[in-house]
Amino acid sequence: MSIRRVGAAIGAAGLLISGLAACGGDKTYASVVEKVKDGGTIIVGTKWDQPSLGLKKGNAPEGFDVDVAKAVLKEMNGGKDVDITWKESISANRETFLGNGTVDIIFATYSITEARKQKVTFAGPYVIAHQDVMVRKDDASISQPQQLVGKKICKASGSNSYKRITDPPPDGQLDLDATLVDATNYSECVSKLSGGNLDAVTTDDLILAGFAKQAGGNFKILGQPFTDEKYGIGLKKGDKATCEAVNAAVKKLWDNGTMKQLLTTWFGGIDGLKLSDAAPPAEGCA
Amino acid sequence: MDELFEYAGFLAEGFLENLKLAAICAVASLILGTILAAMRVSPTPVLRGVGTVYVNVLRNTPLTLVLAFSILGLSDQLDLVFSEEPRTNAFWIVALGLSVYTAAFVCEAIRSGINTVPMGQAEAARALGLGFFQSLTLIILPQAFRVVVAPLGSVMIAMVKNTTVAVAGGFAADVAANMREVFDTTGASIPIFLGIVVAFMAVTLPIGFFTGWLARRLAVAR
Repeated sequence: MSIRRVGAAIGAAGLLISGLAACGGDKTYASVVEKVKDGGTIIVGTKWDQPSLGLKKGNAPEGFDVDVAKAVLKEMNGGKDVDITWKESISANRETFLGNGTVDIIFATYSITEARKQKVTFAGPYVIAHQDVMVRKDDASISQPQQLVGKKICKASGSNSYKRITDPPPDGQLDLDATLVDATNYSECVSKLSGGNLDAVTTDDLILAGFAKQAGGNFKILGQPFTDEKYGIGLKKGDKATCEAVNAAVKKLWDNGTMKQLLTTWFGGIDGLKLSDAAPPAEGCA
Repeated sequence: MDELFEYAGFLAEGFLENLKLAAICAVASLILGTILAAMRVSPTPVLRGVGTVYVNVLRNTPLTLVLAFSILGLSDQLDLVFSEEPRTNAFWIVALGLSVYTAAFVCEAIRSGINTVPMGQAEAARALGLGFFQSLTLIILPQAFRVVVAPLGSVMIAMVKNTTVAVAGGFAADVAANMREVFDTTGASIPIFLGIVVAFMAVTLPIGFFTGWLARRLAVAR
């Protein structure tokens, strides 16, 4: 009796699942831009752990990348809102997610690099971040990156930003003899910085600004950038049509002031951070 | 495949750290585990109690928590500092955390070995006039160790693999951390995963074969 009942329940659940599966994903599109124009639900990958860029609040993330994603997709759809499903995309799985179609498009502090260009197509850049250094507000001993010699800087697991300080080119940049303090992620770096266990955190200025804002303004950014990180929009390799549509949308958003306004909304008022005023030069979709 | 070769040096550097951690923890946890096992079978209730509490707490706490407590609690808050160099300090903190954690498992393996030694052995030892410490070190433990060589091998294999969570103890230069750092540049790469798997198997498989062989050789015929 009970066995039969369990069997019936499993059968019913199975029917339900197969019914649900039949509902979604029945149409295929040649490119994401087509899917947008057809009113399809777009799966957007963002970071879920970076304050002011992509930080999960409730069911959806919020931040600059999230707002740019919404604005760009809306622009691509001729000014109509697009249905979006958000998906967390950490640094390690961005290429995989685009390649196998888990996400349609990625806005996730995704720097355009030669190595990544082999695997994905980049639209944009939509903004240029710069690697910079963040220190405690009351710390007068560090006013430029070169003064990090002998200082304790953070190495967040899974990020290679520290190399720009400690290693010579081509992998690094400044080749300074700084002491590395390991941390699991940047938010641990920031809490160690405020606790005095290290002297400086270094990575892209927009990421630093987000953490500075979240932690309540006890930090300052030096405002002495030493790299250009061109934040691009990740697309499946070869999706040129979407790339061009995205670039047109990005250009329009810079021209009508939306980008500038979003930057000010999310990063305004951070000590030492300079926000860009003009659109970064487009890279083309080759 | 190219990615694996391009970053092989960097990954190997990390793997060397795992091996160093494993070597230190193997020695430390075997010594500490043996002491704990002796405590748990001693005639002194206080020692037995301490040993029991230690084993039950450490064996039932997730390793990442043990390591996080070691670095954030012991080192940062309570000033247990091995070195002024943060990375060296984190290395020893992880070695400490992993050793005390593994020691709980070593203790239980050895205690199960002690239980296989017939009661008559201990009684005969006492009849000869040996004290507790003498009968333990001369009669009981030598027989117990022979029985638990293979289980200890399993504990050691688990310990070698556990070195990859060192980042929880603030040490982010092991092979797992280096792998994540490489993925920041390349994206997740299956060849790199497989390369690291092979490296670990090259270490853990021989441990398994060796302890298995030793266990057969040393088996007590009763």
